[in-house]
Amino acid sequence: MRETVEISLQVNERAQSLRIEPRETLADVLRDRLGLTGTKVSCDAQVCGACTVLVDGRTVSACTFLAVDADGGAVRTVEGLARDGVLTPLQQAFIDEAAFQCGFCTPGMLMAATALLEENPHPTEDEVKEGLDGNLCRCTGYAPIVAAVLRAAETGR
Amino acid sequence: MKRVIERGPAPEPIGISVPRRDGIEKVTGAASFTTDLTLPGLAHARLLRSPYAHARIRSIDAEAARRHPGVIAVVTAADLPGVQLEYGHAVADHPLIATGKVRFAGEVVVGVVAEDAATADEALRLIEVDYDPLPYATTVEEALAPGAPVLHEKAGRQGAHRGFEEDITRDHPNVCSTFRQAWGEIEDAFTGAHLVLEGTWHYPMCYAFAMEPYTSVAEWKDGELTVWSSAQHPYMVRDDLAHVFHLPLSAVRVIVPYVGGGYGSKSYTKIEPLTAALALKAGRPVRLALNVDDAILTTRGDGATVQLRSAFDRDGRLLGRQATVRLDSGAYAENSPLVGRKAANRLGGPYRIPALEVTCQVVYTNTAPASSFRGFGAPQVVFAAESQMDEAAEALGLDPLEVRRRNLVERGERPWPKVRGLDAKIADDLALAAAELDWSTPPAPGVGRAVCVSASDAGSEPVTTATLRVHPDGSVTVLCGSTEIGQGSATALAQIAAGEMGVPLEKVRLVQSDTAAVTYDRSTGASRTTTLMGLAIRNAARDVKAQLLEWARESWAGEDAPEPVLEHAGIRVGDRLAGWGEVVRAWFAGDYGEAIGRGYLRKAGETAEMPPFWEVGCVGVEVRVDESTGEIHVEKLVTIGDVGCAVNPQLAEAQDVGAAIMGLGMAMREELIYEDGNLVNGNLYDYRVPRFTDLPELRTVLVERGDGVGVYGAKGGGEGALNPVASAIANAVRRATGARLREAPFTPERVWEALRERDAANGR
Repeated sequence: MRETVEISLQVNERAQSLRIEPRETLADVLRDRLGLTGTKVSCDAQVCGACTVLVDGRTVSACTFLAVDADGGAVRTVEGLARDGVLTPLQQAFIDEAAFQCGFCTPGMLMAATALLEENPHPTEDEVKEGLDGNLCRCTGYAPIVAAVLRAAETGR
Repeated sequence: MKRVIERGPAPEPIGISVPRRDGIEKVTGAASFTTDLTLPGLAHARLLRSPYAHARIRSIDAEAARRHPGVIAVVTAADLPGVQLEYGHAVADHPLIATGKVRFAGEVVVGVVAEDAATADEALRLIEVDYDPLPYATTVEEALAPGAPVLHEKAGRQGAHRGFEEDITRDHPNVCSTFRQAWGEIEDAFTGAHLVLEGTWHYPMCYAFAMEPYTSVAEWKDGELTVWSSAQHPYMVRDDLAHVFHLPLSAVRVIVPYVGGGYGSKSYTKIEPLTAALALKAGRPVRLALNVDDAILTTRGDGATVQLRSAFDRDGRLLGRQATVRLDSGAYAENSPLVGRKAANRLGGPYRIPALEVTCQVVYTNTAPASSFRGFGAPQVVFAAESQMDEAAEALGLDPLEVRRRNLVERGERPWPKVRGLDAKIADDLALAAAELDWSTPPAPGVGRAVCVSASDAGSEPVTTATLRVHPDGSVTVLCGSTEIGQGSATALAQIAAGEMGVPLEKVRLVQSDTAAVTYDRSTGASRTTTLMGLAIRNAARDVKAQLLEWARESWAGEDAPEPVLEHAGIRVGDRLAGWGEVVRAWFAGDYGEAIGRGYLRKAGETAEMPPFWEVGCVGVEVRVDESTGEIHVEKLVTIGDVGCAVNPQLAEAQDVGAAIMGLGMAMREELIYEDGNLVNGNLYDYRVPRFTDLPELRTVLVERGDGVGVYGAKGGGEGALNPVASAIANAVRRATGARLREAPFTPERVWEALRERDAANGR
């Protein structure tokens, strides 16, 4: 049998206690153990940002962040953005601006942009580009994402 | 976004930017991709890949792996008797797992299926493969050199797609196919020329980087196979799987959930046969999910060397064009023979060229196989052709736009014999792009501008069907084999169905890409879906309306009954309009039943002429060059989206912008590099795709002149804006600095070298 450890964490404001292998990443735990498949894994090497989630309010790449390091922490994923079926202004702005196409980068992009707007509620266009530069999108050419984040900043996160 | 609209009206919601129908799913994390799928008893596969570019496999010792706890199956080619290992689109030369030898570093040699992926990884480390390394050729020059190592000792069988028999010439053992395109008297053209220009251009092999790497899940039940996969063309994958496993087509079901990016890289069959073979041996459903490093080794774009020679008269009119194109197509043919054909064709348009002679060779090398990739042969050749048009302007002292105007094919004129007449006014597009760049105002010193154009014979083959079901409440279900790869087909096709049936969009449900549930579509590629599936849906709507009219006559017949009349949103019976649902209910005499419309599209009637449509590319750029570092700053990027009728303008614009930025990446940074037989930048650290901070100022003009074959004059978009980007940047750099770039991507090092060449030429 492989070694396991127990971790306790909040995921989207719900308490979770899990017995996991120490090698498991936060992405593994979210996707395979908690069924939260909104978080996507692409490069698996902390380059593309697709797996971005928030741990205690800070962006991390869940593909390389060990789940044991989230022990005791609060994790937010894309599934935790909308409440009671009401989209956040950022999610709505992504739809309004067609800020996604295939949608594979979108969960990570939304989490990175959520963190950006929490830290800087009224960013300039350049601040949006700098702030999201660690998140790749291969479909949109980025322009609609910049527009969506700026629109969300206007309408309130 | 600006719009130029010179077309007739279209029924709503066609032509309206309704929100994407996959929007809420995609912003809440609910959208399901193949990678998110799980099944009862699902086992997980990992692959052992060759470290050698070219080697014989002497032996494979997998006994320790087979005994490893948690391992369900270890599979090599020897474990698959009765399976037709080789498959392929043009040439069936690609074994689903290495058989006897490996032809590129990264080829799959062994597959392991285990209870979980970590266990499979452990087992991979227990496998010993004894290789006998062979000399290799990782460039076209090496592959065509005398005494070059031969990749394929025997000619490949005919692939799944007929029509390549004549191209498979094997005039050299490493030449997979040769395509020649020719018309006119080429010798005369050059003899009588005022100006002859000649040059060689290099375009890199590129990686599409669809963010969802290739993923498949395969399950066998009672001898029938179901595969879920991140595939653009489910029906083509079905056909290959049926062939590999000797099954009737009806025994193979391919289901495609949302696809995390395609760009052509998920066209045709990839890892599906291997996944199905692993599931067959494991006796369990199997998931094979590649990571990005593996995906780079699965498919890439063809690198190209284009030797181009053009003859002009003193007014800048093209007299003839002669070219030799060599594609670096990697270890297996995949779809490169078709890329080769298109590359040759795409040297033809959009100019009137009295004589042309193009030879395009598809060359095997010991590198990852190349196949379809957005633009499909066009980016490679347009880089050369449009660079040379600017060289001609310079040599003749003419405005580059004027040289183009003098040569552009008019709308309705055939770019070359026996093809459909051009369905665009490219000269007008050119003028729009120039206006966006303030062409008539001279740029500041050190700044250069350029506008380039292209016309691709697009749409692939018009072989498409659709089924449209009208329910007793008047709502509609459309079944279609086109895949939602992010381009917005789920939205645009539903808009077409709603518009054609005259029902609200909320009452239309579109079901896509499940070969057991929806009817045949050849492919989702070549920018064809809105145009060709749109026509099939229109045909299905017409078919169901004709049936409903007949049903109204039968249901409401009588001595004094008024004759039912077909209207846009229902059937008029006297002074009353009966909705479609009412007609269904009347005919079945109850609140049940449905009407089934069939939409067929084939090479006949309006889609008899090939190509089904021309895809226009028209791009303008403004650049500034830092001469001390060789860095190019693309400051403005203008795209003209000439799409005939924008079914959803916002999504049409999005396709144009996305294509142009992908083209920017390929022009500026992207290039797969092989050294010593290995791909040395096969990861996203070293293979750099565009990021937010690379974004130039963007302007898009959507042009709708109703001149396409599709509904209300629609024609394809989504690739055109990629094709001219490299040439536009190179031409703008020339005008800014006097340096000429002939090798993409334009890294600072290459630009710096070109600047030194300029200095040397100027005697500095």
